[in-house]
Amino acid sequence: MDFSLVNRYDQDNVVVGKLDQLINWARSGSPWFFQFGLACCAIEMIAAAQPRYDLERFGIMPRATPRMADVMIVSGTVTLKMATRLKRLYEQMANPKYVVSMGSCANSGGPYWQHGYHVVKGVDLVVPVDVYIPGCPPRPEALLEGLLHLKKKIREETPLRKAA
Amino acid sequence: MEFPEIVKQIEAAFPEAAVSVDDTAGCILIASENWLAVAEYLKTDPGTAFDALMCLTGYDRGPEGVLGAAYNLYSMEHAHKLEVRIETPRDDSTIPSVAHIWRTADWHEREVYDMFGITFDGHPDLRRMLLPDDWEGHPLRKDYQIPDFFHGIPVPKDKRGWE
Repeated sequence: MDFSLVNRYDQDNVVVGKLDQLINWARSGSPWFFQFGLACCAIEMIAAAQPRYDLERFGIMPRATPRMADVMIVSGTVTLKMATRLKRLYEQMANPKYVVSMGSCANSGGPYWQHGYHVVKGVDLVVPVDVYIPGCPPRPEALLEGLLHLKKKIREETPLRKAA
Repeated sequence: MEFPEIVKQIEAAFPEAAVSVDDTAGCILIASENWLAVAEYLKTDPGTAFDALMCLTGYDRGPEGVLGAAYNLYSMEHAHKLEVRIETPRDDSTIPSVAHIWRTADWHEREVYDMFGITFDGHPDLRRMLLPDDWEGHPLRKDYQIPDFFHGIPVPKDKRGWE
């Protein structure tokens, strides 16, 4: 490997890296999530955002409109009536956008898998999902881990090149 | 008043109205065409004074049976209660609305209409309560079939690889 460029600037307080890395660093540093809750998982999501678990130390904070948000946390049961609205909200978010499916209901329909005439059997039937978090409902720690996985996923992207 | 006395009073005022009386369950089945007059009477008569409608529930007696609605009435003044049931045929299910007598009935009747498809005659605004406006069918009927798709979203669980 040729480290001449790195060596040239190492005394000048300059970081040498790929532009991809810079963009990923910025993006993964502040994945603001869209603040809306659908069911009991929302309570855990709120708890995760409160000082005890403190999502903001990871740069993750709730935003009240889809235009400002990067991440949509689907926290709870997605009914068919909500699914049409959820899809519209997803379409209103600016790229790049990510979806976290939180809890059994959003993952697969949860306890409504058999007789739930009104429940979507997994939010991935409506919008593409990046991270699935199991649990009914997942504890705030589980949500934290899921969001950290999402940050890891964002850091491994190559926004300036086509996906490998 | 206890349940038998209330029933006696209703039968005295409306000799034709009571179809059957169930003493164990404590409920009285009233013919649909008499319901409006009986409801008015139950609320205004000082002896009964049922000023609160605690609950209104729809029910289905099965694919061959009737549809019905159960009204749980309570009197704040006398602290007594009564359950009234109205039944209606499946193919032409209509019950007179009591939304103008007890305001509680307004949304409850909308919900029963949503889930069972019972039409409440004289209701001020009979739209679906919980399901989307363009939903087809009434899901709590026993003969309801779950649709395959809703706006392109598959509804039944995909069980491939399970069984």
